Amino acid sequence: MSQKHPSTTRRDLIKALAAAGVGTALGPGLVGRALPADVVVGVIYVGPKDDYGYNQAQAQAAAQIKKMPGVKVVEEEKVPETVDVQKTMASMIEQDGAVLLFPTSFGYFDPHVIKMAEKYPKVRFAHCGGLWKEGLPKNAGSYFGYIDECQYLNGVVAGHTTKSKKLGFVAAKPIPQVLRNINAFTLGAKSVKPDITTAVIFTGDWAMPVKEAESANSLIDQGVDVITMHVDSPKVVVETCERRGIYVCGYHANQSALAPRAYLTGAEWNWITPYTEHVKAVMEGRPMNNFLRGGLKEGYVKPSPYGKAVSEGARKNADGIKTKMAKGEFVIFKGPLKDNTGKTVIASGTQEGQTDLVLEQMNYLVEGVVGKV
Amino acid sequence: MDGSIALPAGRAGAAAFPGDRLRRAAESVAIPVGALVVAMVLFGVFMALTGKNPLDVYALIYRGGFGSGFAWQNTLQRAAPLILTALCVALPAQAGLIVIGGEGALVLGGLAAAVVGHAASGASPLAAQIGMALTAMFVGGAWIALAGALRHYRGVNETISSLLLTYIAIALFNHFVEGPLRDPGSLNKPSTRPIGEALMVGHLPGMDVHWGLAYGVAFCALCYVLVHYTVLGFALRIVGGNVRAARLAGLRVGWLVLVSCFLGGSAAGLAGMVEVAAVHGSANASLIAGYGYAGILVSFIARHNPIAVVPVAVLVGGIGASGGLLQRRLDLPDATVLVLQGIAFMVILAAETLYGRLRLFQPREQRR
Repeated sequence: MSQKHPSTTRRDLIKALAAAGVGTALGPGLVGRALPADVVVGVIYVGPKDDYGYNQAQAQAAAQIKKMPGVKVVEEEKVPETVDVQKTMASMIEQDGAVLLFPTSFGYFDPHVIKMAEKYPKVRFAHCGGLWKEGLPKNAGSYFGYIDECQYLNGVVAGHTTKSKKLGFVAAKPIPQVLRNINAFTLGAKSVKPDITTAVIFTGDWAMPVKEAESANSLIDQGVDVITMHVDSPKVVVETCERRGIYVCGYHANQSALAPRAYLTGAEWNWITPYTEHVKAVMEGRPMNNFLRGGLKEGYVKPSPYGKAVSEGARKNADGIKTKMAKGEFVIFKGPLKDNTGKTVIASGTQEGQTDLVLEQMNYLVEGVVGKV
Repeated sequence: MDGSIALPAGRAGAAAFPGDRLRRAAESVAIPVGALVVAMVLFGVFMALTGKNPLDVYALIYRGGFGSGFAWQNTLQRAAPLILTALCVALPAQAGLIVIGGEGALVLGGLAAAVVGHAASGASPLAAQIGMALTAMFVGGAWIALAGALRHYRGVNETISSLLLTYIAIALFNHFVEGPLRDPGSLNKPSTRPIGEALMVGHLPGMDVHWGLAYGVAFCALCYVLVHYTVLGFALRIVGGNVRAARLAGLRVGWLVLVSCFLGGSAAGLAGMVEVAAVHGSANASLIAGYGYAGILVSFIARHNPIAVVPVAVLVGGIGASGGLLQRRLDLPDATVLVLQGIAFMVILAAETLYGRLRLFQPREQRR
């Protein structure tokens, strides 16, 4: 662990001198902007950095950019979505000299990030979640990934693995992002065996470990034999599945270490892609890219490596679809598609590609999902 | 006048020698400060055991919480909501009740404020803000008064009932925010309709701290006067001291219990209004941030004294502010701050037993 003093250390000084030396050798034009100090990047998490979930996925990217030369990372975890996060952002800017911030929780954006971006126009704010739009400060922006692609792959693998043809989904809230994952997972499974159903339980909030464990147990008691989830920390659900002897597909980060037997695969974020882009833009003095978004093709999401229990056929099928997705040739949501009340939600012949804004307002569960919005 | 009755009764002992009052005041400052010093030393030992230089840690705590104008504003801003939620514990405590349901009053107060604020868009900002504040205070007060009523009429333990009422409050809050009161535009973060920029409560002049701090300090001052200089406050303290004696004296115990709960709840409700009107602009799940629970801690450390609530809240706010710097500079986990808080509060509470035992602070006639 680093033992740095708050003030400038000898090491910083030497680094600066060395950089200055290189600078004069190469001419001022090349490195002028990056001198004299490192680019300080602040990363803020709403939960613990080691939650095996949402926050860990961000922290992994932060750990990688920490290794980039000329970058210094400061981090703060468990910062609530209140004035606290405004003060944390301001502290990183005022006390640490941060010029680029990653406030990673969805709820940080409005009003906190917007307010701070207006107050500190020279600092860049890269927020996770896709909320930035034209008219908001230019020094703020969003990055997000089409993780439903990986949930579809989860569904394919689950579809091959299930014996009872009953899948389970532990979800936080019935909001568009979550519904999209539930639907993608179910469509993936139904592409393997059309009569598969997915039972959904909404816990009501993002981090409710007790309810999540209860939900997983209740699903297993109903005969479900593969579960996936969309909650901040999938830890308890994954562990419950391992203990109860059924299978599980992960979410957010790689949870295979928690369930060496039960873990099939998982839908992981690959945040290093947008993180690198934002850090590089600062270092090269490019304007900020306000809206970064992508799926498998762009490297924003990735599936976890397959677990032991995944059959050869499942691997082949899922890998085939993954290759198509990586080429941008695969459409998850296409007509004819009915919701679970029998209403047609996508007409026959219509394709809703990943960037289609209609998908951002999803308010239905597809046919085969047992549950209510 | 009200005060003339309560004043001599409360201060009779202390007024015997002029110096004794000073000694008492010195005692109530010296003991917590001494406890803090001990706590810092213990925390330093803990830090040294984890391989950090305690002096670095102290320097960072000072810099992060109190070392500059920026740090002070950071601290005060974090303290603001805690002052009001602490009063939700401190006021019922005067009547001998332990109420821990401030979180519920806060979220429902916030919800009510958001509804009123949205309905009042177009009205003059001041009128709308007063309307929001009063509604929030009424709703929060009524919610905690429920716990008081259960206590008085049905004999239900108010600690348990206020805690359980919080779960109900949060469930109701979520139901309304995600259901009937949801702004259809709030897709992935269900919220009520915004109250609008015009109705937002701004910052204190010249500071980066919102008006919630001033509301809290004013509320504390009013409560202090109420508790120590009015008949009502005197009656409350009698109920708190001995219910049977209060009954014998002919005090309306039930009414006093309800009033103390209502006032406490209204402080927490006002905190909810501040969160909506000064921070979020609408009611959503971010309101459920645990301020109500943090307030319990603050009130207990302040020994339920409304004026002492302010410095204690500032201390907690300061620890929070410096916790950030500790994480960022020393790569310490967030839990470090919890350890510091835990040590500090255990030592402060343990030091309570020292009151009246240190010779230096005893009145003269007892010292011989």
